[in-house]
Amino acid sequence: MTAWKTLPAWARWAGIAAIGVFVLAVVQQVSGTTLLTSPNASGGMLRWSMPILLAGLGGLFSERVGVVNIGLEGMMILGTWCGAMGAFEFGPWGGLLCGLIGGALGGLLHAVATVQFGVDHIISGVAINILAPGLARFLSDRFFPQRGGSISQSPPVDGIGDFTVPVLSDAFAAVDDLDLFFISDVAGLLEGAVTDLRWFTLLGLLMVPFSAWLLFKTRIGLRMRICGENPKAGESLGVSIYGHKYLGVIISGAFAGLAGAFIVIELTGLYRGGQTNGRGFIALAALIFGNWRAGGVMAGAMLFGYPFAISLSDFDASGSGIATRALLLLVVVGLTAFAVYAYRRDGGLGAPASVTDAELSADLERGLTESYVRSVQGFARWGNSALAGGLAIIILAWYLLTERAADWVPNTMPYALVLIVLVFASQSLKMPAAIGQPFRKGET
Amino acid sequence: MNTPLLRRVLLALAAPALAAAFALFVSSIVLALSGSSWIDTYSEMLSNASKLETMVDILNRATPLYIAGVAVAIGFKMNLFNIGVEGQYVLASFMAAWVGASVVLPGPLHVGLILLTAMVVGGAWAGLAGLLKVTRGVNEVIATIMLNFIAIGGIIAALLPRAIEDPTAANQGTAVIAESGWLPNLNGILELVTREITKGRRLSGMFLIAIILGVAYHVIVNRSRFGFDLRSSGMNPMAARAGGVPPKRMILVAMLASGAVAGLIGMPEILSDSHSYDQGFVRGLGFAGIAVALLGRNTAPGMAIAALLFGFLDTSSAPLQVTGTASPEIVVIMQATILLTAVIAYEVVNRIRQTDEVRRAAQATESADPAADVATAGASA
Repeated sequence: MTAWKTLPAWARWAGIAAIGVFVLAVVQQVSGTTLLTSPNASGGMLRWSMPILLAGLGGLFSERVGVVNIGLEGMMILGTWCGAMGAFEFGPWGGLLCGLIGGALGGLLHAVATVQFGVDHIISGVAINILAPGLARFLSDRFFPQRGGSISQSPPVDGIGDFTVPVLSDAFAAVDDLDLFFISDVAGLLEGAVTDLRWFTLLGLLMVPFSAWLLFKTRIGLRMRICGENPKAGESLGVSIYGHKYLGVIISGAFAGLAGAFIVIELTGLYRGGQTNGRGFIALAALIFGNWRAGGVMAGAMLFGYPFAISLSDFDASGSGIATRALLLLVVVGLTAFAVYAYRRDGGLGAPASVTDAELSADLERGLTESYVRSVQGFARWGNSALAGGLAIIILAWYLLTERAADWVPNTMPYALVLIVLVFASQSLKMPAAIGQPFRKGET
Repeated sequence: MNTPLLRRVLLALAAPALAAAFALFVSSIVLALSGSSWIDTYSEMLSNASKLETMVDILNRATPLYIAGVAVAIGFKMNLFNIGVEGQYVLASFMAAWVGASVVLPGPLHVGLILLTAMVVGGAWAGLAGLLKVTRGVNEVIATIMLNFIAIGGIIAALLPRAIEDPTAANQGTAVIAESGWLPNLNGILELVTREITKGRRLSGMFLIAIILGVAYHVIVNRSRFGFDLRSSGMNPMAARAGGVPPKRMILVAMLASGAVAGLIGMPEILSDSHSYDQGFVRGLGFAGIAVALLGRNTAPGMAIAALLFGFLDTSSAPLQVTGTASPEIVVIMQATILLTAVIAYEVVNRIRQTDEVRRAAQATESADPAADVATAGASA
């Protein structure tokens, strides 16, 4: 383990990725499918996770300045409408910009309500989520019919376009065709990532290091983060808390708007009512899953994009569901690995008693019995691993007793996974300390 | 020493009045910008609402909105945000429709079974989020959002094919519940004071149940030991704990109660309208309930007014479209503007009240006997 820790960060990430692909390769061999490491899987994952990633980065900026943004969904809807309108009038890049502006206006509204007037953040967000779809329909009714659309959808718009990395794409394809265990799997996934890559997708991916740099490496990022951690301390140092909170929430809206524009310009090719489909809420889940960090948000977004991309190829006309069933085995592997890790981390069954005499007598004074104290301590040492192991056994039984997964499994799996992750990680997640708390200038 | 009565009454009325005026102002601008006459629009809405049949529509629409508001408010009282009311009521309605269609019982028993199923399912689904919160510290907002998706996209999608009566029908749904499981309508009672209700409008029996629910909510929250524990845990969990209220149990009980009430939201549809669950089942009432609870400040009478207002706006939308007076979506813009301005106005009024209180406290200390100050200083030293 010590050798592992001395490796540079990129090498550790590469190592984790290699282990991940290896597990994927084994799981798909066992389950009799090739979809898990196909170019479609990685290409589709990048495309379908992009709206969640962009909106999740939006959530990151808002929550880092201490403002809960449950209105991401509404801001995203504003982004889809403005994106479609802009793309129709000024072309795809215009759509991107208009979507960004539309979302930012939603962010401004949220900032006025929460920062200026101190309205509860969730309440303001809910109001924006109610306002946005109505406003979008109203505007559609006013502007789209004469442009060849209707109250529920816009005229079709163009995408920004894509590109293929010349030599790499062919090289990876060639290696993929060799059908070598693991090596061809890696090549297949890389091929999907460099073939027909949308410019907008590339832009979205670049936003991840950009956001991390802006928030964690710049002076303005530090000032924004202090708004979310300890605004009073920031104020005493002369930081404009209101100003930075406004900035963070407006950036948040702009990202959500970009996410909406991506859906219109790259995924559906037009605005349609209800097309955001709860992605703003999923983005919040990705944000929490990612522990309020840019890289983590990306991981969370991929967690939702990957099963969806698989199911798109898996549930075609023949409706197989075999690859989706393989995902169940993947979950079993993950849960088992966590159960082993938690057993070692928490002490496990054979660990020496960790209740000191002083702690015990303090607890006894509070009226607890000795056996209760010892059983709680014991549960803390093996409870997590038992729970994870139990879940793994149930899902394994499901995997073994079925031949193919039903079509609702891929739509449900990411949500269930987020819940499972929260069940095990809620106590170790580190959210900004002053999140959701009202702050008033000059108040002590 | 209290703030003058007049000032207090004015402050209490200021917020809703401000919100309504501002919402009218904004919608008038939007209407003017989109080329519709705002006078025509408002008079069309009012003349439509003055018809008896429309009033029945408004009451029928307000009933589930009110129940949804109560469900959300129970959580709010405890500082819990049950955003999962949406998933809880859809899942509960599906299960209740399925159970109701599978049996035939004598009237009251059949209706009672359907109501009970709905409350148990709704309570269990919300209770799951409560359980995750108290045992594993999972934030209830995120948990209930995830459970919404799992209920609608997972459980119902998985079970609906088994519950479908006729797989070849255009609209796939559960079988229609036998008439013993229908709730009698209230037209007879209403017609005691009005003329005969025509055009096939029926006031749902759930309207009465919603009123009973509202009274029960008011009494339990404001007049019972349990309600006191609930409110005190919501306002100051540490103090409540010191007073012997177990916070974890309160969280669990509040979520169970909120979910059980949420289960009733779909009952007007199941017991009085379509008598089945199909793919076109009414959605979005859970989120609308959040708006109703916020507008009504979690009080039973306030939420009743809010539900009636939203019901009125919802039923105004169709005639606007039919007559071509304005875009029907204007009512959604009105609803959202009212909501947003109302919560801002409540907040502003709250601050004015706090400033008042600080000023009064300052005056009280100044005018008090200086010897008392010395005594307190001596005691604390």
